[in-house]
Amino acid sequence: MAPMVVGMRVHLDAEKCQGHNRCYALAPELFDVDDYGQAVLIGDGDVPTDLEDKARLAASNCPEFAITISD
Amino acid sequence: MTYTPDAIDPAEPLELADSPNGALTWLREPYDAADYGPVADWATDFDHGDPYFNAHAPEVWKDLRDGGCPVAHSDRYGGMWVPITHETVNQVAYDTENFTSRAVVVSVARPGDEAIPAPIGPVPPISSDPPFHGLARRLLLPPFAPRQIEPWEGEVRTLCRALLDKMGDVTARETVVDAAVQYAQHIPVNVIGRMLGFPEEDEDLFREFVHNTLELINADPEERRAAFQKLDAYLDVQVADHIENPRDDLTSYLLDVEMDGNKLSPEHVRGSIVLLLIAGIDTTWSAIGSSLWHLAQSPDDRQRLQDDPEVMTFAVEEFLRAYAPVTMARLVAKDHDFNGCPMKKDDWVLLPFPAANRDPRFFEDADQFVIDRESNRHAAFGLGIHRCLGSNLARLELRVAIEEFVARFPHFELAGDVSWSIGQIRGPRVLPVKILEVAT
Repeated sequence: MAPMVVGMRVHLDAEKCQGHNRCYALAPELFDVDDYGQAVLIGDGDVPTDLEDKARLAASNCPEFAITISD
Repeated sequence: MTYTPDAIDPAEPLELADSPNGALTWLREPYDAADYGPVADWATDFDHGDPYFNAHAPEVWKDLRDGGCPVAHSDRYGGMWVPITHETVNQVAYDTENFTSRAVVVSVARPGDEAIPAPIGPVPPISSDPPFHGLARRLLLPPFAPRQIEPWEGEVRTLCRALLDKMGDVTARETVVDAAVQYAQHIPVNVIGRMLGFPEEDEDLFREFVHNTLELINADPEERRAAFQKLDAYLDVQVADHIENPRDDLTSYLLDVEMDGNKLSPEHVRGSIVLLLIAGIDTTWSAIGSSLWHLAQSPDDRQRLQDDPEVMTFAVEEFLRAYAPVTMARLVAKDHDFNGCPMKKDDWVLLPFPAANRDPRFFEDADQFVIDRESNRHAAFGLGIHRCLGSNLARLELRVAIEEFVARFPHFELAGDVSWSIGQIRGPRVLPVKILEVAT
């Protein structure tokens, strides 16, 4: 049996988000914003390989440390 | 005339706050800014109202940090603390128990306990504390959310191009323009005026209101109050006009919107209009001006913008980090010790996000402008619950203003004395630049 491939996952802590919208600007494929400008995750948090750099950028530019990455 | 909190009768209704018995503001002690003179020691006599300060702020912060001073102090303004590091700025920003937002602009007088209806404050929600803050803020978030702001891009671009056209014939290596007076200062004032639905010809008046609110901080309280009354009278007319002729703008939105099933009080509507009018103008104007000031001295960064327009996504954030225009303020809510500082109720606390943005313990090469900085958790729009409501609009205006300026004038250099603002909003007010290249 082939080992299960677990790729990068991105997590958003909605309690910490203050709506700076940096993630939405840097990685719109992974983050959307609601009507109040609060970030929402698109999908279930699995990051396609070609978007891993963008996920890292979103995480490392959030002033509130609301985004974390796990590999 | 000196007022003390004791002179304010808590039983007096708020409407009487302007009577001699219930002043809006009070002085801790008789205060004359002239008693102080220029700052000699920034650690113990900090004054952001000293004309030297905004022209040299990054050096002042660096000297304070290098001298091992995380929190400066001043007897000016009746007592003020100034956290300088990212860590201490952060602590104040998140601590809404020990620090209240009911006054956010340091001046010689502070609001009395009963003079302003805390936790609402005079300009909600920036002057509000939890839990009211969350309710008032939620009303204003939707009109400033990205999808509401994005459609303004075309109009901002048209405005910027019109301002550049208005500079007339420009000859490379000869013509000097004032990038602050002829360009930056017009952009946000025009946009917010239109969003509020105020007459376009009143732009000079809006800049006067901003100046009175944010730069006249050392003025006599009576003079300040007279200035605020002029603003009040102006808003009376605009609000009355909107009540009579409702339309699709922010003023009508505020008059119509409901909080907990009720329309907003007239004070709340007026306060929020004041906030939107004042907060959105010289802040963004300063950011645009500082960014152009930087570019005028950095041929490499100008060239990078020409060669690699995509870098703008990162450049905008780096402009915001390195030249963050906004320092906020708080009042100490109760006596407490803060990192060894004995803070007393009603001490002022400056909240210099621009200083936090230059802290080398938080940012690599903090005093260097790195146009493509990849990791940039800057605090230009604040930290915690008071994140700048207009950040999406400010970012749009800054990006488009820079894009259009460098598209027309790829290269330019400083050409004379720059003069900087005074007070909590930092940016150039006079910015002569010689145009070196005009795009064909």
